[in-house]
Amino acid sequence: MIEVNRIGEVWVFAEQEKGALSEVPLELLGKGRELAETLGVPLAAVLLTAGDGEEMATRLGQYGADKVYLVEHDLLRQYQASTYARVIRELVQAHAPQVVLYGATAMGRDLAPTVASSLRCGLTADCTDLQIGDHTPPGSKELHRNLLLQIRPAFGGSIIATIVNYDRWPQMATVREGVMVMPQPDGQRRATLVRHAASFSGFRAPLRILESERREKRVNLKAARVIVAGGAGVGTRENFRLVWELANCLGGAVGASRAAIDLGFVDKDHQVGQTGTTVRPALYVACGISGAVQHRAGMEESAKILAINIDRSAPIFSVAHYGIVGDLRVVIPRLVRAIRGGARIEGLAEPLEGPGMSPREARG
Amino acid sequence: MGYRCVVCVKQVPDTKRLTGQAMKDDGTVNRAALPAVFNPEDLNALEAALAIRDRHAGTVTVISMGLPKASDVLREALFRGADRAILITDRRAAGSDTLATSYILSCAIRRLEPDIVLCGRQAIDGDTAQVGPQIAEKLGYTLVTYLEELLDLRGSTLRVRRNLGSGFEVVEAELPVLATVLDTANTPRPPAAKRLMKFKKARCRSEVEQAVSRELSEAGEDARATEVARRCLMLAERGLLIEQWNLDDVGADLTWCGFKGSPTKVHRVQSIVLAGGAYREYPPTEEGVGRLVRELIEDHTIG
Repeated sequence: MIEVNRIGEVWVFAEQEKGALSEVPLELLGKGRELAETLGVPLAAVLLTAGDGEEMATRLGQYGADKVYLVEHDLLRQYQASTYARVIRELVQAHAPQVVLYGATAMGRDLAPTVASSLRCGLTADCTDLQIGDHTPPGSKELHRNLLLQIRPAFGGSIIATIVNYDRWPQMATVREGVMVMPQPDGQRRATLVRHAASFSGFRAPLRILESERREKRVNLKAARVIVAGGAGVGTRENFRLVWELANCLGGAVGASRAAIDLGFVDKDHQVGQTGTTVRPALYVACGISGAVQHRAGMEESAKILAINIDRSAPIFSVAHYGIVGDLRVVIPRLVRAIRGGARIEGLAEPLEGPGMSPREARG
Repeated sequence: MGYRCVVCVKQVPDTKRLTGQAMKDDGTVNRAALPAVFNPEDLNALEAALAIRDRHAGTVTVISMGLPKASDVLREALFRGADRAILITDRRAAGSDTLATSYILSCAIRRLEPDIVLCGRQAIDGDTAQVGPQIAEKLGYTLVTYLEELLDLRGSTLRVRRNLGSGFEVVEAELPVLATVLDTANTPRPPAAKRLMKFKKARCRSEVEQAVSRELSEAGEDARATEVARRCLMLAERGLLIEQWNLDDVGADLTWCGFKGSPTKVHRVQSIVLAGGAYREYPPTEEGVGRLVRELIEDHTIG
């Protein structure tokens, strides 16, 4: 670990692939700016890449970074824990930040614990909020001021824990995509570029990456204003047409719980939940979703939640604003009729695509 | 040829079954009411190890850090085919966060010198997915997370397909390797009837001590100690003594263990009260549904 200090910066690991920044570091720069301002220190992004560094650094500056630590090396072309962790550790030891944030993506969840282990510092995973605050350990009179309060659900989501780390710097946390709000970029903003030369002499990367395939997500749930989601309670893939129908007449996107995906009702790109996508639409309609905590974690910040379930005691009703206890095979068609009869909605997609087809696929 | 596999397993409260019965009246979770289970993805890790042994020969050792009752999951692993089970238990390990836990486990694993270490991707109570990668870093083993399929294992080279959610990767590494295993990797085999009959009698030393304390509550300390030694010897002779190691046995430096060895500390815990705020129910009738829709249109949620 590094010495506890009060002048170190707030860092965000700028995850990128093939020269394109992921969204999550941009979201983290938004929260990072708040934290940095409260602590009165600069906000920096840490960018590891084989090339295109300056272009990405410019973008990071526009999203709020005061500085970008840029490390360019051929061994950083494709991510692996040993190479990336080695570089981040060097940077941390050289510049002693107070806070380092990572996206809780596949890369972040591989990288952050490796870095934390090598630095012997603290790491909290999947934070849903980050704040600056004070802490007094129980039974002690020591006051530790201006710590990073790392807030996350635990125990299956039934408790919210606030975690602190006051003696093993830096304070590190991972945050899932979609949890922090993306800031507005400022085209005029510039970050100072700080180049760092990685020392890889005599180092052989232990992992050989033979094949790598990225799937383009077919659904953009984060951008949807309305989401209609189906769960295991929908019953069959055939019945899931009703979810598509309701989504279409509301101009919304289709979501699903993990259970519905496992049952094959719809593709996993539609998954909402702790291990899927976190969403906060204006309206979330949960059809036949029981409301297990892992699902709720992904949608409970929706502005309005309507739950339709045949089981009155389903936990989803405890986070819903509106509830209909009934058979969705009867209720959804009634909703569709009421919506079509009562309102003119702009940009209606054509109704009744087949099961598993998005409107785009249906149009061919 | 044979490969030495070590599988890290954890006993966890069944957080996937948070139904009404596990709630207290104030809406918070009653942890004592939750059954303790084998962490689901650790079962997949165990299955991956057993499959390696089926195909390539070798040994499968399961280890778990926990209270003596974590022996339940070690027994379950023995039922399913593990060759050796080790419990790491020590009061001084209490309060360990992921860093301290991975330190203690890595001390133990180092003594076993495995070719491959397998862990479930994450546990359903902590949900951090940190311990596996941290053990790898401490042991200096190559880390392969999100293992979905073991494509090839030949000599000292392992080839794996990883499922990253947003895509796939095929990677290759030289042993020793630590892999974290996804629930989609395999279907864990059920316990084998004969092994269940045999190993349901397996016990760790602490469980024997607890039983002797209960049964011989009137007897003196010496008598109890003699009985504990006798029972342990009998279990060992029949291959039913679950090995038990404490922090001294694994050579751990206490500075890095337990609460003191844990950089992350709990500042506050709030129970989520699962009773909602402004909630309104509408009947599933044409009239009820119509009323709901009109309201949603009126407040500009839709339309």
